[in-house]
Amino acid sequence: MAAVTLLSATGITRDFGGLRAVDQVDFELPEGQIRALIGPNGAGKTTFVNLLCGRLAPSAGRIVFAGEDVTRLPAHARIARGMAYTFQITSIFAALSLYDNVALAAQRRLAAGEGLGAAVAAALGRVGLAGRADQTAGDLSYGHQRLLEIAMGLAQRPRLLILDEPTQGLSDAEIEDFIALIRSVARDATILLIEHNMDVVMTLAERITVMDFGAVLAEGTPGEIKADRAVRIAYLGG
Amino acid sequence: MSGATRKGVVLHLGVVALLAGLQFVLPAYHHGNLARVMVLASFALGYNVMFGYTGLLSLGHAMFFAAGLYGMGLAMRHLGLPALPALALGVLCGAALAALVGLLALRTAGVAFMIVTLMFAQTGYLTILYFGAFTRGDEGFVIPRAARRIGALDLSEPTTRYFAALLLLGLCLFATLALVRSSTGRVLIAIRENEDRARMLGYDVFRYKLLAMVISGAMAGAAGAAYGLLFGYVGATFASVQYSIFPLLWVLLGGAGTVLGPLVGTLFMFYLIDLSSGFTSAYMLIAGVALVLLTLFAPRGLMGLVRARLVPWLP
Amino acid sequence: MDFGPYLLLASMEGAVQAAVLALMALGLSLVFGVMRVVNIAHGEFFMLGAVLAWWFTSLVGGHPAFGFALALIGAPLIVGLVAVAADLLVLKRLDYDPERTIVATIGLLYIIQQLALEFYGPDARPVAAPFSWRIDLPWFGYSGYKLFVIAAAVVIMLGVWALLTRTRIGLVMRATQFDSETAQAFGIPVGRVYTMVFGLGAMLAALAAVLIVPIQQAHYLMGGDPLLLSFIVVIIGGLGSLRGTVVAAVLIGMSDGIISVFFSPTLAKILATLLVALVLVYRPTGLFGTRTA
Repeated sequence: MAAVTLLSATGITRDFGGLRAVDQVDFELPEGQIRALIGPNGAGKTTFVNLLCGRLAPSAGRIVFAGEDVTRLPAHARIARGMAYTFQITSIFAALSLYDNVALAAQRRLAAGEGLGAAVAAALGRVGLAGRADQTAGDLSYGHQRLLEIAMGLAQRPRLLILDEPTQGLSDAEIEDFIALIRSVARDATILLIEHNMDVVMTLAERITVMDFGAVLAEGTPGEIKADRAVRIAYLGG
Repeated sequence: MSGATRKGVVLHLGVVALLAGLQFVLPAYHHGNLARVMVLASFALGYNVMFGYTGLLSLGHAMFFAAGLYGMGLAMRHLGLPALPALALGVLCGAALAALVGLLALRTAGVAFMIVTLMFAQTGYLTILYFGAFTRGDEGFVIPRAARRIGALDLSEPTTRYFAALLLLGLCLFATLALVRSSTGRVLIAIRENEDRARMLGYDVFRYKLLAMVISGAMAGAAGAAYGLLFGYVGATFASVQYSIFPLLWVLLGGAGTVLGPLVGTLFMFYLIDLSSGFTSAYMLIAGVALVLLTLFAPRGLMGLVRARLVPWLP
Repeated sequence: MDFGPYLLLASMEGAVQAAVLALMALGLSLVFGVMRVVNIAHGEFFMLGAVLAWWFTSLVGGHPAFGFALALIGAPLIVGLVAVAADLLVLKRLDYDPERTIVATIGLLYIIQQLALEFYGPDARPVAAPFSWRIDLPWFGYSGYKLFVIAAAVVIMLGVWALLTRTRIGLVMRATQFDSETAQAFGIPVGRVYTMVFGLGAMLAALAAVLIVPIQQAHYLMGGDPLLLSFIVVIIGGLGSLRGTVVAAVLIGMSDGIISVFFSPTLAKILATLLVALVLVYRPTGLFGTRTA
């Protein structure tokens, strides 16, 4: 099956004052792929995905999502078209219950709240938080808050799920569950993963994009990236 | 969830029934006061939709109350509109002004939003004074008894007035309850808690804030129009800064983000000021002390404390 | 009177307004700039300064200059102490949270205003000017005291400017304004700086009041209008920008004085408040402020 392009970015650039954080990046993501985005700290990864989902406006360039030019669309409109973004720094509604957190993610696509309870239960169940719906989100442990964040991503049933450092602060056992979870999610969504944990990247990703100094340094399969000299020098430390 | 919803509905029905029952036992002075409190509490309920649930702190809510009051009053005085359509016009004026102000003010946030709303309200107040030929400025005008009728109901008659005020309060109470239990209400609360996250779940935050503001303005306008109709007076004082501070004070005292809080806060503060005005002309001192103490020691207000300590399901 | 002299008179009245307004707005701007606190009670510090000026002058007999000199020192001192107390007892405990401090300063507004009503009463009371010579212009005589007000305001503002740019305290204040966390990390006692700035801001309002009270009488509700005008000045000038504040004060004070002579003062105020709201919406850095990242 020839892969359809879900998301493409051409010439994406972003300046902060005199500093160019993202420089002329071309990026293409086919539907159904698990893509990892790696690079050293300050390489511009988070800025780049923030440009993709609309939290930041690009200084130049064009973004097409599902065949539509979304460059000028505000973040909420892009999310409504099927992107989902989970935050690097856990960003949940700490004062609300788990139910309300996930319901907020799910209710937008459900007409008149129909089947909302079931959708929330399903999303919580998939991340292993079933039965905790009435707890207050802020009372959860850090690892569980990360899982809730992912449940909120799932509940949106996105076409593209952007995960910004999802395994940060998780234990080894939790990371294994996470890998299995992402594999199952990938059956009906495209995944863009910013990740520092190389084991997670090499296990999950079908293709890897490497960024450095705001530009794309290399792109390829995990095997190709491992073999790439430039990547090793810039990033993996030789 | 539905158990808590039912408990909430029963509780609020109970409060309305209690207020209806009080009508028969209260002495005339408190009877009149309570009618006044119920109308003002409707104003506070509207304020609560914006401040308590959506997290938008306005310092200019008097302009929406005044929009209702003058929308109703001027239409009756200059156009000879009967009471009921004038009341509807008042609600509409409150909502429309809120939409207009919201379109501009909601481009700002936090402190700037507070000051922008304060300035717009001040503009409104001064405009009322400037067009004194129509509005009779500071002095205001009286709506004659004969005009304050809806069908066979004489709104100036104390019992009718009391039940009209209760009807308004009941409508605003249950509208708030329905709103906060709805998915829209959930989004408003989400915006209060974490605006960026709400946006990144795909919600057009600006539109939801504007909606909250229009609902809030409509309630404030309804309260203003009802106040004028029930008590027969329209004056610029109701557009002054003080009447922007009052709903904030009432809601803070009663508990922001609780459905009953605004009523409790209004009742409490009304009587505190009423009692202290018997001793001194500096009765607003109470309001000042209350504001400082509340922000320092009880930012959740009375019903917020009740919810935290005793009744976790309190809406 | 002909148009020319009339305009001259209006401009002179405007200049007096502008001078006092600049002092008052400087205080508000300083507090906002350094502490990020919007002090709604600023107008009441002004009122308190005026009421205290009346009290001091009523204590002293003899030539009115003695009482005035006493008021010029005493009133700002007491008002400054009140502000310091308010900072320590209220604002500091709120951790200077922007929204909660606004609500708290609204509370302070009513507390100060109503205490003044209780102890000073509802009457407006005059204070004698320290001297009474007049300047005779070809068209009209003009009060020398009003010119003194302008001169005094300029001197005080130069003093504040020198304090901020030429002294260690000023350096510390500016460092705190620039970045309070870094300032803290470098051992600057940010808490004490805040208290000092809040006191200084209130003293500027009180000084403005002492200067104006021989022209305007002291009344417990006199804080409202200057508060509104200083807000307008601070916002138009750019929140926290001291130079912008002074420029805007001169502009607004002069034009308010001049416009009020020719048009209805209510209309002037309507336009001014509307302008402020729109400036905040469309150009939050003010008309003279520079945009920072």
